[in-house]
Amino acid sequence: MSIPQAPAGVTDSEATEGRIYTVSGDDWDELHSTLETEDFVSGGQLVINMGPQHPSTHGVLRLILTLDGETVTETRASIGYLHTGIEKNMEYRTWTQGVTFCTRMDYLMPFFNEATYCLGVERLLGIEDKIPERAQIIRVMLMEFNRISSHLQGIGPMGMELGATTIFLQGLRLRERILDLYELITGLRMNHAYIRPGGLVQDLPPGTLEKVREFLGYGPKLLGDLRKLIDANPVFIGRTKGVAYLDLAGCMALGVTGPMLRATGLPWDLRKSQPYCGYETYEFNVPTVDTCDAYGRYLVRMDEMDESIKIIKQCADRLAARRSADDPVMIRDAKIGWPAQLSLGPDGLGPSPEHIAHIMGQSMEALIHHFKIITEGFRVPAGQAYVPVESARGELGAHVVSDGGTRPYRVHFRDPSFTNLQSIAALCEGGMVADVIPAIASIDPVMGGVDR
Amino acid sequence: MTAGPEETHGAEGPQGPAPGEADGQLPARRGRDRLEAPVVRTGMFGVHDTPDTSGYGRLRVHRTPALSSPRPYGGYFDTIADALGMEEAIYRVVADRGELTFYVKRERLTEVAAKLRDDPALAFELCTGVSGVHYLEDTGAELHAVYHLASITHNRRVRLEVTAPDADPHIPSLVGVYPTCNWHERETWDFFGLIFDGHPALTRIQMPDDWKGHPQRKDYPLGGIPVEYRGATIPPPDERRNYS
Amino acid sequence: MGLEEKLPSGVLLTSVEKVAGWARARSVWPATFGLACCAMELMMTGGPKHDLARFGMERASNTPRQADLMIVAGRVSQKMAPVLRQIYDQMSDPKWVISMGVCASSGGMFNNYAIVQGVDHIVPVDIYLPGCPPRPEMLLDSIVKLHDKIENMKLGKNRERQITELEQARLRMSPVRSLPVVEADPVVAEAEL
Repeated sequence: MSIPQAPAGVTDSEATEGRIYTVSGDDWDELHSTLETEDFVSGGQLVINMGPQHPSTHGVLRLILTLDGETVTETRASIGYLHTGIEKNMEYRTWTQGVTFCTRMDYLMPFFNEATYCLGVERLLGIEDKIPERAQIIRVMLMEFNRISSHLQGIGPMGMELGATTIFLQGLRLRERILDLYELITGLRMNHAYIRPGGLVQDLPPGTLEKVREFLGYGPKLLGDLRKLIDANPVFIGRTKGVAYLDLAGCMALGVTGPMLRATGLPWDLRKSQPYCGYETYEFNVPTVDTCDAYGRYLVRMDEMDESIKIIKQCADRLAARRSADDPVMIRDAKIGWPAQLSLGPDGLGPSPEHIAHIMGQSMEALIHHFKIITEGFRVPAGQAYVPVESARGELGAHVVSDGGTRPYRVHFRDPSFTNLQSIAALCEGGMVADVIPAIASIDPVMGGVDR
Repeated sequence: MTAGPEETHGAEGPQGPAPGEADGQLPARRGRDRLEAPVVRTGMFGVHDTPDTSGYGRLRVHRTPALSSPRPYGGYFDTIADALGMEEAIYRVVADRGELTFYVKRERLTEVAAKLRDDPALAFELCTGVSGVHYLEDTGAELHAVYHLASITHNRRVRLEVTAPDADPHIPSLVGVYPTCNWHERETWDFFGLIFDGHPALTRIQMPDDWKGHPQRKDYPLGGIPVEYRGATIPPPDERRNYS
Repeated sequence: MGLEEKLPSGVLLTSVEKVAGWARARSVWPATFGLACCAMELMMTGGPKHDLARFGMERASNTPRQADLMIVAGRVSQKMAPVLRQIYDQMSDPKWVISMGVCASSGGMFNNYAIVQGVDHIVPVDIYLPGCPPRPEMLLDSIVKLHDKIENMKLGKNRERQITELEQARLRMSPVRSLPVVEADPVVAEAEL
């Protein structure tokens, strides 16, 4: 059985743009011998494929660059290499099971995906103001942790692609600690399915607040070290200052939100303008810079991490101040709230013995509700909702359409990476080919969100 | 039983009572209006053909009828509606759960969008994208395209919804008004087959270039395979027993 | 060119196998095919806490031509499948594949039109690593198992025999783990003697 090979050797063809030479893995000498002198002298354009498998494209992004020497004259992005059909899959699962799908969409910020979806479902259910306050505080805390871990995973590869591998590894050090915290709270390092419609699936385990305070001890110091490493680094500044310029008009036309927009000087942050989950009660600033370049976006992300630390501290203080013994994290509505609490028993992880005793021995309604919610799911009244959140990359919103049933009729995620990546042509064209790398890194796309 | 947008479990949107309940008039969801709406689901527990003894096999669930919200809409919605005007281009307005939706006739879409963007009283600078929805049983208006607009100046949000029938799935493109719609419209074409007239390069973006069909339409199968696990075979998700 | 053509036979072959296996197992360069969430866990495995550099594998060769091991980390969509095959073809022998995560091993939770239901539809897989995503420790375990496999890989004629034996063992294996492996009929086995 022979594997089909691409046609070997150099082929050339006539096209409206002139003669096109296609080289697939062969000797350049062959190309030279077939070249006609006038093509060579008049200076042809080189089309390079920065293919889906590439160390610096932040995932499976394919860029087709047309180069004139070192200058990029045209950039086309080809996406869809990670298309998973998540939105269609969610139409075949219940509303709660949808969380497990959408959390894997933009895999660097799973909590934001879950939060926007759950906020949309809660708006359709009409229980937005009935979500327990403890759940809201924990949601905010986890989202801010996610912002930090996502920015670390954005800035790390940015540095690594420019040659500064230290920032990648040091950022991973801090990110490991945050993933440990996620594991303590939700049970998983990634793709948690922790935020559910109605609240959270479980309460914080004992010892969480101590770990959070520990993090607040060493976190800012590590972030400060990262800043000392990179902020004034002449090589980093030389490669990112003035590179990938996109001003406010460009951002508005292209629908760009998030750190890219805040680097143009506009302090548009949904946490301040259209707050959700109680963000209006927290004290934090919205960092902006007005240089509109890759360096500016880097500075905005570093500042945002400092602001996130502030918010996490406020969350931890509020959680510690809550003294009531009856502090639910899931809405008390028996027809919507997720019934069981998981606990670790001698035979593994399962519903806690108290819950089992309650549904088997004490309350028939509780048994019926448990059964119906888990097999059938709750019914969401017909309508549509769109509740965007300010995620680490920009405005992330879920357009949730319900036809009154137990399954979503249609869920569409407006992903910030998808929209921000559209601007890659505006950022790269006219610049050098080496500037394409910091340009992509400053957009910080996550292909899971782009392709869904 | 399905519930219309009126039944929001007692909670009201921040902009006032839900549509249809103003002045104590009964919502039109009962009675003839409901029965004339298309059927969206039949049977329960995945039973489609036999009327099983529980009787759920013969259950017919109709779609919620298309109601329009009466004035006043509440909050800043009235300001937007007054500044926009254009009543002949907008055939339905829904103010529900704190969100305003204008149903726009497709031939007037570019005008309405341009006015929303340019009028200083409206100033919806940011379009956050196009989303497609396919209502298979709604003959004559199967494909919907939903645009979400945001005004940074006035801190407002609005939604535009446009319909097109399956037989003629054309909608004018908004790339001239909001360039950000470029990729979003390509994605909607890719997944639903909605053709945006005037789009500079309407090609597939997520699926491979030679893919046949439009995957997120309701008549396109999910395409899974049965899974064998420890000797048992589990059918793909769209063929499994379904409890709703 | 290479080792395979200059193989001796008999006892010498066994010694060459041992040396070659020892050397190959300790100098694996991964061509990380990081696609989705598993790629993040792959990066964390290369990070300071769980260190891939203990195997010398932190130097990921971005060009497949210099890589030995392809770790398919993440869901492979229909659009990505030909690219995956092309990268695999560009790797030179000997090469191994770890399919990391359930999406690469079997399609995972995405049983639909867009995802290839298991990367073994496209490339031959040596180690399947389940998990969504697998922890770094799980990935390290799979790499250790792969090193074990590489060290014990036979060469030349012995390799052909090894492949046949492995195939027979797999054909006899029951899909349900708790049941015992089906033994050959003892009456027939005695007759063969």
